[in-house]
Amino acid sequence: MNEIQDPPKLYAAREPVFPRRVSGPFRNLKWWIMAVTLGIYYLTPWIRWDRGPNLPDQAVLVDMANRRFFFFMIEIWPDEFYFIAGLLIMAGLGLFLFTSALGRVWCGYACPQTVWTDLYILVERWVEGDRNARVRLWNSKWDVRKWRLRLTKWFIWLLIGLATGGAWIFYFTDAPTLAVDLVTGNAHPIAYTTMAILTFTTFFFGGFAREQICIYACPWPRIQAAMMDEDTLVVGYRDWRGEPRGKLKAAETDTKQGDCIDCMACVNVCPMGIDIREGQQLECITCALCIDACDEVMDRIGKPRGLIGYMALKDEAAERAGGHPKNIWKHIFRPRTILYTTLWSLVGVAMIVALFIRSPIDVNVTPERNPLYVTLSDGSIRNTYTLRLRNKHPDDRPFRISISSDARLKLALEGSEALEVIVPADATLTQRLYITAPAGTSGATAERSDIRLWISDTVGNDRISADTVFNGKGQ
Amino acid sequence: MSKKPIKQQAEPDTTGHVWDGIEEYNNPLPRWWLWTFYLTIFWGVLYTIAYPAWPLVNSATQGIIGTNNRTAVAAEIARFEQANAPVEAKLVAADLTEINSDPDLVNYTQNAGGAIFRTWCAQCHGSGAAGAKGYPNLLDNDWLWGGTMEDIHLTVSHGIRNTEDPDARYSEMPRFGADELLEPEQIDQVVQYVMQLSGQDHDAGLATEGATVYADNCSACHAEDGTGDRFQGAPNLTDAIWLYGGDQASLTDTVTNARFGVMPGWTGRLSEADIRAVSAWVHSRGGGE
Repeated sequence: MNEIQDPPKLYAAREPVFPRRVSGPFRNLKWWIMAVTLGIYYLTPWIRWDRGPNLPDQAVLVDMANRRFFFFMIEIWPDEFYFIAGLLIMAGLGLFLFTSALGRVWCGYACPQTVWTDLYILVERWVEGDRNARVRLWNSKWDVRKWRLRLTKWFIWLLIGLATGGAWIFYFTDAPTLAVDLVTGNAHPIAYTTMAILTFTTFFFGGFAREQICIYACPWPRIQAAMMDEDTLVVGYRDWRGEPRGKLKAAETDTKQGDCIDCMACVNVCPMGIDIREGQQLECITCALCIDACDEVMDRIGKPRGLIGYMALKDEAAERAGGHPKNIWKHIFRPRTILYTTLWSLVGVAMIVALFIRSPIDVNVTPERNPLYVTLSDGSIRNTYTLRLRNKHPDDRPFRISISSDARLKLALEGSEALEVIVPADATLTQRLYITAPAGTSGATAERSDIRLWISDTVGNDRISADTVFNGKGQ
Repeated sequence: MSKKPIKQQAEPDTTGHVWDGIEEYNNPLPRWWLWTFYLTIFWGVLYTIAYPAWPLVNSATQGIIGTNNRTAVAAEIARFEQANAPVEAKLVAADLTEINSDPDLVNYTQNAGGAIFRTWCAQCHGSGAAGAKGYPNLLDNDWLWGGTMEDIHLTVSHGIRNTEDPDARYSEMPRFGADELLEPEQIDQVVQYVMQLSGQDHDAGLATEGATVYADNCSACHAEDGTGDRFQGAPNLTDAIWLYGGDQASLTDTVTNARFGVMPGWTGRLSEADIRAVSAWVHSRGGGE
């Protein structure tokens, strides 16, 4: 039986998805999360924070030009980037924790792709109506009404995109100034370009690409799959309760029929366009809207809720046998999640401690290595060091440089008679330092001597040290 | 209870490939991936039209938007030169001794001067300005021709003992041995005396004899006490710094054959601003006077 088949189709067009409106506790939770996350995103750049005359008064500001990151009372310099690294580690561990405990909860509730898509779907419903109206509009001809609705929707989407792209650039420069510059056309081309790109990506990702981003573009679902186990809570369909499915009318006569009345509510509300009843699928972002939809139907037909619900796969066998699932907290508190929580807390505590013990003055000492030392005319040996003195105070500070260890080592600063330099407010000063060991002293004759430089802020009574080496002739 | 497919699909879509009974499902790729692929091809073609790309016999297509890396670099250099013009004008107009006390000028000379030094001077004086045998170390506090800003500026501008620049400072040490001005034993004596002057181990008897030889032959330039003469570029013989070595063999060689270090003048090759920048940079290496 060797019949010639058509070659299989290697590419498929996107199936349009028309999520229906749904209400319920999970939908309410998602509205709240949307309001809070979008509120934080759009409003944060406008919060003011007084830091005195020399520093910007924007509470959250990534100041690329001056290489500073401001977050309320915290100011991060480039040399303190480990704080950002620590935050990223915490974010990573936090995602591990949430994924191992609650599955793709990030995808379903908090991911920007989900939140903005949700907002775009909301606009779509306001303009074009709910699912059925949208399906009809999709299938209708491009008449005046369709054009009017589509253009209205696209215009609102574009405005949201514009606000999204606009809010992003406010994080990088003074928001009120930039807002005026943007409107009057005086902002930097990079500001407009960034805004345009983010407007376009928001418009396209939220309006058209939607679930395609999650399924085909985002690597995170695949990574998450490796973090989930049988204790992880996922959204699932209790097929042992629901099957065999059938219409409500038929159930009146057929006692074998399950609770699922095949009303398609779970499918119609799904923003990913899948049928949760087919089991666990990589497309499912666990947004839980199908739970709300199904519970509503179960209430109406007088059946218990939870035909679709959060469950751990470990409980499946027990539930199939008619038993009860374990308490949800027993799934959540297990060695794995406790370990993640511990690690997350440790990094957090370490960062907070580091934040409070960091010094407002700082120094890097770079010994000159070309040449290691210079012989002076009286036979003494001189080493040169480049000091990078950082003053993180909002006012100018005098830094005094001294040395402990061998008292016979003499210090001198390039371009300054005294051993003191003024480091301007919130700035780094590069200063050459000369240390001379008189001929015949141990510093001059030894190959290397360990030395410790002390930098003291004579106004703030801060003192820091830096260890370095003094290179001698080694004879 | 085994899991059975909940919704029986009529016929799962397969590619039709079967290996040992294992069938391959067909999960078609999204079509927009294909479009994206075509778009990149289209973009690539546009790119080769817009930018220099296709090799021809003698050169390559120039691209219709007329940009290439060479012109971009040239434009960038022109932009920096324009941006530096005010500070360079200020540098040329400034008094030499004030250059290293003006923060604007220091900022410029530390950066530009260092770059100029590493481009034009490092070949002889070393990238760290520590010199080498015969090429003075510019970091120490010993200067053959003077270490003030004026002296360094003069040296950089006109050079030393070169024949191109009439303003180059000039001096010449006689070849006492090669030209038989001194007997070999006199050279031995004067070498011991110079080692005595610089505080090294020496033969006291020969050194005493050498003092007379020194007074007759060397003191005119190197001074009676051996401290040298900067007007003639005659080195100080009493300090710890030796351009050609301070041991007996090196000193004997120096007295016998003399030394004649040459440095080119940079006026005409470097702009006045560049000469000033590199002079200020050298002056601020720790030995400036």
